[in-house]
Amino acid sequence: MAEKVASLSEERLAYLEGLVSQARAAAAVFTQYTQEDVDRIVKPMVLAGLEQAQYLARLAVEETRLGVLEDKALKNMVATEFVYNYVKDKRTVGTIREFPERRLVEVAEPIGVVFSLLPITNPTSTVLFKCIMAIKTRNAMIFSPHPSAGRCCYEAVRIMYEAALKHGAPQGVFTCLESHNLEDNAYMMHHKDVGLIDATGGPGMVKAAYSSGKPALGVGPGNTPVYLEKTADLNMAVVDIITSKTFDNGTICASEQTVVIDDEIYDVVLRKFADLGSHVCNPKETELLGRTVIDPSTGFMQPLAVGQKATNIARMVGLKVAPKTKLLIAPIEGIGREHPLSVEKLFPVLAVYRAKSVDEALRVCVDVNRAGGLGHTAVIFSHNDDIIGKFAEVINAGRIIVNSPGSIGALGGIYNDMVPTFSFGCGTGGGNSTTDNVNVYNYLNIKRVARRTPAHMWFRIPDQIYFNLNAVENLRHFPSRSTIIITNPAMEQIGHVDVVRRHIPAQTLVHVSVIPDAEPEVKIVMQGVEALNFYQADQIIALGGGSVIDAAKIMRLKYESPEADLEELAAPFLDLRKRVVQYPTEKVRRARLIAISTTSGTGSEVTPFAVLTDKGRGRKVTLVDYSLSPDVAIVDPQFVMSMPKGLTADTGVDCLTHALEAGVSIYASAYTDSNAMQAIRMVFKYLPIAYEHPQDEEARSMMHNAACIAAIAFSNASVGVNHALAHAFGARFGVAHGRANALMLPHVIAYNASVPTKFMPSPNQRGYTAHKKYAMMADLLGLGGHTIDEKVKNLIVATEELLDRLAIPRSIAELGISKEEFEQAMPDLVKIAFDDPSGRSNPRMPLLSELVELFWSAYAGRGLAQATGTPEKKAEKQKVDEWLCV
Amino acid sequence: MVVCMTMTTSPVWHEIDGERVADSLQATREALNGDAGNVSLDFSSVRRIDPGALKAMEELASLADGKSVKIALRAVNGDVYRVLKLMRLASRFSFVA
Repeated sequence: MAEKVASLSEERLAYLEGLVSQARAAAAVFTQYTQEDVDRIVKPMVLAGLEQAQYLARLAVEETRLGVLEDKALKNMVATEFVYNYVKDKRTVGTIREFPERRLVEVAEPIGVVFSLLPITNPTSTVLFKCIMAIKTRNAMIFSPHPSAGRCCYEAVRIMYEAALKHGAPQGVFTCLESHNLEDNAYMMHHKDVGLIDATGGPGMVKAAYSSGKPALGVGPGNTPVYLEKTADLNMAVVDIITSKTFDNGTICASEQTVVIDDEIYDVVLRKFADLGSHVCNPKETELLGRTVIDPSTGFMQPLAVGQKATNIARMVGLKVAPKTKLLIAPIEGIGREHPLSVEKLFPVLAVYRAKSVDEALRVCVDVNRAGGLGHTAVIFSHNDDIIGKFAEVINAGRIIVNSPGSIGALGGIYNDMVPTFSFGCGTGGGNSTTDNVNVYNYLNIKRVARRTPAHMWFRIPDQIYFNLNAVENLRHFPSRSTIIITNPAMEQIGHVDVVRRHIPAQTLVHVSVIPDAEPEVKIVMQGVEALNFYQADQIIALGGGSVIDAAKIMRLKYESPEADLEELAAPFLDLRKRVVQYPTEKVRRARLIAISTTSGTGSEVTPFAVLTDKGRGRKVTLVDYSLSPDVAIVDPQFVMSMPKGLTADTGVDCLTHALEAGVSIYASAYTDSNAMQAIRMVFKYLPIAYEHPQDEEARSMMHNAACIAAIAFSNASVGVNHALAHAFGARFGVAHGRANALMLPHVIAYNASVPTKFMPSPNQRGYTAHKKYAMMADLLGLGGHTIDEKVKNLIVATEELLDRLAIPRSIAELGISKEEFEQAMPDLVKIAFDDPSGRSNPRMPLLSELVELFWSAYAGRGLAQATGTPEKKAEKQKVDEWLCV
Repeated sequence: MVVCMTMTTSPVWHEIDGERVADSLQATREALNGDAGNVSLDFSSVRRIDPGALKAMEELASLADGKSVKIALRAVNGDVYRVLKLMRLASRFSFVA
C-alpha cells in the first residue's frame, strides 16, 4: 500500500480522499433513511435509466467499440426495469425478514462506502444496476470504470445520481473516478473507509480486489459449456443458442462457449445452425480461427476480437462467409490448450463437439467448465430429467440454465425466475465468495435478532400406573396370548412370581425367564430375546428391581427391532431432542411391557432409562429413550414388604436423590416440580419409618409410591452431578448406587446452592434458582429458617440427620477406602464423572476441579461446613446473594 | 504551558431547530466566535441530519477545539448519534441525556 500511495501525487491523493470523504458522509447520513425514503428515490432513478437506455447504449458502443447498440439498449432496460421489478417490494431497511415461528428477525445494516469496478463489456448496464442496488441498500458507491469505458460510465452515473439527488438521496452518494489508473484503484481498495469492493471486471481486477484484504464481491471468468442432448427441442435449442451467443456480440460472460452435441443429432443440429445464418467451419477454417482469435502465447482470447460481429471476425481471420453470417461454428475434437477454441470467447465464435455417449458428453462439459469457467454458468438442453440432474451434479456452476439461452438466462428474470443481476458470483471455483446472482442482499450486512426461544418441554409417563396394596390384581385387565415373566431367582424363591401368575388371565400362556440379579449383560438380554421369539410373546412382565426391569426394556427393544444396535443407541448426547442417533420407530411386533417394581428406589417401572453391562468391554451402557418406558407400571407395596433394611435405606436415598436433583435440574418444570417436591416430602416422612419398622404397610406403600413419583420427576427433568459422582465412584469401588448417592448428597446440595463458578446454559431457567428451590424444599419440610441461606443449611442438616438415622456411612473413608487408594483413583473418577450425561442437567456446570473437591468432601464427610463456611466465605456469599436478589 | 479554560459556571444553551440544523449550528458558531464559554446544544427536535449539518458539526467541533471550549449535545437520538459515530465526530462532543 505504501508503494502505491507513494506513486500518487499529492493532488491525486487529495482528489481520491475527497471522493471517499464525500461518500463516507453520504453513507453516514443515508443510515437515517427509512424504507419509504429509499423506495421514493429508487423508482425515479429506474425511470431515468429506462429513459436513457438507448442513449447510454450508443455511448457505450461508440466508446468501447464493442457489442451491439440494440442489445446494449436492451441490457440497460433489463438492468433497470427487470431489476426494479425484483427489488421494488423487497425490504432492505430496518427489519427485512421475520421468522416468527423461530423468533428470529433479520435487520439490514448498510455497508457504507462501496468501491465498484466496472467492466468494458457491459459498462452502462452495470452502472444502472449497481446504482439501484446502492440506493436500495443505503450505500454510497464510488465507481471506477474500465479505462476504455470511462465516458459512458461517467454519464450513466451522472444520470442516476441526478435522479437520486432530486428525490432526496444524500449528496455524494455516487461518485465516479474521472480518469484513473491502477494505482488509484489500489489506493481505493485499501482505503480504511471503503467497506466493500464490488469488482465486476477482468480476472486481474477481481484478483486485486480479493487480495486487498477487504470484503469483496467479485465475479469470475466464464467458459460456459452447453450440453445439447438428443431429447431436446432442437429448433428451440438452436435459436436460443444463436440468440444468446450473438447477443451484444457475445460479450456477456455467461454466453455459450462450447456446445457438446449427442452423436445422433449432431449433423441435424449443425444443419439447423447453418440454415439460421451460422457458418460451420471446416477443419482448416477452425484451425485458422483458433490461431487468430486465441492468443497462442497465453491461450486466452484476443482482445481485438471481443464484442465484434461474426463477419468482422471472419474478415480478421480471412474466412469467406456469407454477408449476414451471425455466428461462426467451429467443430473441435477436444478440450485444452491444443484445442484453442475450447476456451472463453466473448465474441460470436462457438465451438461444437460431437459426443458418442451421455457419459462422454458430461465429461467434455466438465472439462470445458474446468477450462476457465468454474463456478460461472452452464447450459443444458434436454427433456430427460435424470440427465439434467446428473449434469447439475457434475458441473460446478452458480447458474445451470435449462432449455434456455445462457447469457440472457443467467441474467435472471427473463427466461427463468433467478434473481436479475449484472454480476455473477462464481463461488470458490471462480475465486469468489458467493455463487449468487449478486443482488440487494449481497450489499447488506444482515443482522439477526434472535429472541430467546423456550425449549420445548414434555412430561411423559407410562400409559397406566396402578399403585397401592394389591395393585397387581390389575394384571387381569391385560389380555395376552403369550406372556413372559422376566424376574430374578429371589422373586421366585419368596413366591412373588406365583403372586403375579395368579393375576394373569387364565387363557394366557405364561413362561418365566429367570435372570441373575445384577445389571443386565448383553448375553442375558440376548437369551431373553431368544425366549421372546421362541414363545412369540405379546406381553412381558418385568418383576424385580431396577436391573430386572432394565433388562426387560432392552429385551423388548431387541425383540421388536432386532436390527437395533445397542452400542450406537448408547451414543452420548447433549439434548435428547437433537441427538444424533434415533431409536427404531418401525416395530416388527409390539409386546406390552408391564413393570412391577420390587424395590422402592430406582423407579425403573416408569423411566425411559436402561443400564446394560458390557462385560466384554468392561463398561456400562446407558440407553435413554421414551420408547423404552414400560407401558404399564404396577406399584404394589406387597412386593417390598420383605426388603432388607440396608436395601430399604439405600434405595430410599436413591429415591430422595432423584427428587432433589430433578427439583434443581435445568430441565425442571412446574410439572416435574410437583412430583419432585411431593416425593421429597414423602421420603423424609416415611423412609425412617419404613427403615425402622419394615412391616409398616403405610410407610412401605408411601415409600414405594415416592420412588415412582420421584422417578416420574427425573424421567422428565433428569438428574444431576450427584448421580454423575455416584456412578463413577460406585462403579470403581463396588458401592451400591443408593449408598454412593448418599455419600455425595449433602455436599452436592451445598455445592449447587452456592454461586456457580460457571453457569450451565439453560434456556428454560430465568436466572439461577437452585438455592431458591432448595429453600422451597426446606419450607415444604417445615425446616424453618428466615433466609435462603438458612433454609438451605437446614435442608442439608435434615438430609444428614436422615442419613444418620438410616445408618448410612457418612464418609467414603468410613467405607475403608484408604486416602492413597482414593487419590490414585481420582483422575479416572473425575474423568468418568465429567463425561456422565447426568451432569449436563445439573444447575451448575461442574468444573473438573470442582468434581475433585466434591469427591474429597465426600471422602472426608464434610458437608454442612461448606454451606456455612468461614466468615470470609459467608461474607462472599452474602455479596453474591445480594447480586442474585435473594 | 498554560491552558486557559473558560470558567463559565453554567453553559450556554442553544436549541437546535430540527428542520434547520445547519442554520442553527451556524448560529452556535457565531456565538462561539464571541466570548461564549461551554455550550450545550439541545438536539431533542432533531430527527436526522443531512450532509450540510454534518459539515456544520465538523466546523463547530474544530472551532470548539481551537477555543478549548466544550460542547455538550443533549437528547441526541440513536440515528443521529450513529451518523456522528460513523463520521468519527462523536468523540469531539460530550453527550448528556
